[in-house]
Amino acid sequence: MGEMIQARGLVKRYGEVEALSGLDLTVPQGTVLGLLGPNGAGKTTAVRILTTLLKPDDGQAEVAGVDVLADPNGVRRRIGLSGQYAAVDEYLTGFENLQMVGRLYGMSARRAGARARELLERFGLTDAADRPSKTYSGGMRRRLDLAGALVAEPPVLVLDEPTTGLDPRSRQQMWDVIRDLVGSGATLLLTTQYLEEADLLADNIVVIDQGRAIAEGTADELKSQTGGERIELVVADGARTDDAARLLGEIAAGDVIRRDRGLSAAVSGDGAGQLRVLLDRLAEADIALLDIGLRRPTLDDVFLELTGHVAEAGDSQTDDATEEVSR
Amino acid sequence: MSPLRVATDGWVVAKRNLIKIKRVPEIMVFVLMSPIMFVLLFAYVFGGAIDAGPGLDYKEFLIGGIFAQTVVFGATYSGAALAEDMQKGFIDRFRSLPMSRSAVLVGRTTSDVVYNVVSLAVMAITGLFVGWRAHGSILETAAAFALLLVFAYAISWVMAFIGLIVPSVDVINNASFLVIMPLTFVSNAFVPLESFPSGLRHVVEWNPVSAITQGVRELFGNVPDGMHVPEVWSMQHPVLYTLLWIVLILLVFVPLSVRQYQRTTGK
Repeated sequence: MGEMIQARGLVKRYGEVEALSGLDLTVPQGTVLGLLGPNGAGKTTAVRILTTLLKPDDGQAEVAGVDVLADPNGVRRRIGLSGQYAAVDEYLTGFENLQMVGRLYGMSARRAGARARELLERFGLTDAADRPSKTYSGGMRRRLDLAGALVAEPPVLVLDEPTTGLDPRSRQQMWDVIRDLVGSGATLLLTTQYLEEADLLADNIVVIDQGRAIAEGTADELKSQTGGERIELVVADGARTDDAARLLGEIAAGDVIRRDRGLSAAVSGDGAGQLRVLLDRLAEADIALLDIGLRRPTLDDVFLELTGHVAEAGDSQTDDATEEVSR
Repeated sequence: MSPLRVATDGWVVAKRNLIKIKRVPEIMVFVLMSPIMFVLLFAYVFGGAIDAGPGLDYKEFLIGGIFAQTVVFGATYSGAALAEDMQKGFIDRFRSLPMSRSAVLVGRTTSDVVYNVVSLAVMAITGLFVGWRAHGSILETAAAFALLLVFAYAISWVMAFIGLIVPSVDVINNASFLVIMPLTFVSNAFVPLESFPSGLRHVVEWNPVSAITQGVRELFGNVPDGMHVPEVWSMQHPVLYTLLWIVLILLVFVPLSVRQYQRTTGK
């Protein structure tokens, strides 16, 4: 079979608010789809529908060939879900947590126990296996939660923001673990608000904003949509930002984007040549810089280009910047 | 889903809840402290001031009420634990598994029976210390405890439902307090029926907490011959009336809670 996840026209309303307004998703077997969007874009709602936790108001979805609405238990047998909040019982040991999940998938106590040991070993949790998971670090809990999703070796894995809230080192470890899984041929739906994460782990990316898909493709395809290289700079004296923005605008191929004293803009053609010209003009105008550079576009730029606002919502600093951009 | 699957899944969930008691013994300490405190408070503080009726020792009168009140209060724990599971996203994990739909609730309410067995035992012992005695046969005494446990089990399902509809753990503690305080205090659990004003007295007479209290007192033989029992059906047949309430509560709240569980998602 080709498609392991197929969703058409998913709609979910909460009162007046439409969390999903006609979302289509397709995940071929053995691939990773990254569902990328800011907080409140509808990622978690989509995940909840596909994992039978929520009924859509409209649309249909099949997971591993099983209809989500017609046979929810059939879907549950074929998926493993690891959520945004690590759903491990903090009073149970790592072993007890995994064994319990195995039992609830219908395994015998012995089989569930053996599988639990196996997974604890694989995720580097053997030493902590018999300690209450309360004593685990955030990263260890996430790994235990992910192990819970793998207990029954389901053909489809759904990871909802697996690294949100983790420190950089734990995030790196989590990425290694997920990349291993991907290498072994799992079909995976991954939601994230980190563009870097989607870039690193996903074969295909669907960018979602306000309940609908606004772009789709590989990371490279999405990057090519924003065009060429960008010049980024930070002005030393905030009072001179306007002047610097004007000079950057003269050579830029698109709009100048401002975040506090930071400026960036796409340039066409010879990026290095343009950079030299700009540096000369800035020196002439006597504008001191903290930083300047030429950069390949990232998914951040893609997101900004597509939605008109930056990806990470919730952070007030970023919200301010969003406002300035939209002006 | 077969009944066998409900039972095995329910047992797996109940075991998880019971492990928590083992890991956090403080929970049990607090579960037990309040009934002990109530027995001692009412026996020694109010005991002298409340007249239970001619020829009746207030301590004898009191124990049935304390038992009933404690199992009703204890049921709040079912709701709080479910609300907590929901808040932490644990219910989402359960709901994404191919397990029986009612197992989480069956497991929760069943593990609470264990709490109630222990707390009833502690209360009975405390009662013996302050001078309470069961005068009925062993069978009647056992029936009294069984009635309390089954009543508590039914109330657990009410609290489970509330636990699933409230937005957070804090809310359930306040919400259940608002229901449970009047329910247990506007009853004959602590003061005799006759002491209520006539309008309120009807409420007290038909209050299920009054019925179980009265039923347990009768089974314990804590109702002396001279004590006036009101001429209303509920008070004349308190055990039967309690059983009717239990059946009614289970018929309403089991399906209601299971349906709510199906719809709920973590916050």
